Amino acid sequence: MDAPVTVITGARKGIGRHLAERYARLGHRVIGCSRREPDWSVPGYEHYSADVSSEAEVKRLFAEIRKKHGAVHHLINNAGIASMNHALLTPASTVERVLATNVTGTFLASREAAKLMKRGRYGRIVNFTTVAVPLSLEGEAAYVASKAGVEGLTRVLARELGSFGITVNAVGPVPIRTDLIAGVPQEKIDALIGRQAIKRYGELDDVANVVDFFLRPESALVTGQCIYLGGV
Amino acid sequence: MSVKDELVSLIIDAVKELSDQDDVELPADLGHATALFGENGFLDSMSLVSLVVSVEQGVEDRYGQAVSLADEKALSRRNSPYRTIGSLAEYAAEQLGQG
Repeated sequence: MDAPVTVITGARKGIGRHLAERYARLGHRVIGCSRREPDWSVPGYEHYSADVSSEAEVKRLFAEIRKKHGAVHHLINNAGIASMNHALLTPASTVERVLATNVTGTFLASREAAKLMKRGRYGRIVNFTTVAVPLSLEGEAAYVASKAGVEGLTRVLARELGSFGITVNAVGPVPIRTDLIAGVPQEKIDALIGRQAIKRYGELDDVANVVDFFLRPESALVTGQCIYLGGV
Repeated sequence: MSVKDELVSLIIDAVKELSDQDDVELPADLGHATALFGENGFLDSMSLVSLVVSVEQGVEDRYGQAVSLADEKALSRRNSPYRTIGSLAEYAAEQLGQG
């Protein structure tokens, strides 16, 4: 495949930025999006402002991509937000916000990307879950519920899109030193890492390694799977 | 040519493309009255999904306006817009504000 088109949501910072820079370096045409503009750029990368929870904005993003590139080969649904609080102290507005970005955002981007992938009879969709789902991590009810939703989407979309040559999988990172966990107390992070088989923080390249595997053309029969890091 | 006639022609092109891609067997004549889905229709549910996506993209390319031809309204209508090429064209025209 010559210069595949790789769309990454939430590409402004953290894991999204790392993946955007990595795949641009590897010769992909990388299209990133986030609500705000990034303060960086690399050759082969273009950025769009879009909120993944907005149907209109996601449709507009993929319409632009279709006009400019005519295809999408890879979608990495990295955009996500977390909420760390006891359930008894979590307002409905927080739950709705987390579900909107993590579940609705993953759904909308996958739907629009799959329409373009279907034409080429090829596609790789990679979603983001978390080890907090299998660990049923207390203090993260809304976040875990949203990521359990992403896992359900991953399995159902794998079935619905399989006949179009599109695979759908998810990677579940352990804590990585990004903004997502910046507000989590250290003892909570330590307790979580203590439940892993390999007790350390994840690195950005640990995630990239799993994403690489899902994106490979040879991974055509790998679909509907969630791979957790850390031996959870 | 009226917008509805343009849409009929756009849908016929999409049906032909679908036949090439998905190996769908087409009726001899394709026109306004050709049954698509349901009674006497030649599309199964997956082919209908493909056709709707393709027509949505075609409409957007031609008229520069995004339309949704599979919203809840369409799915719950007593007279499904997917019955015939003509009914789908009429529904698309409505969505374009040309109905």
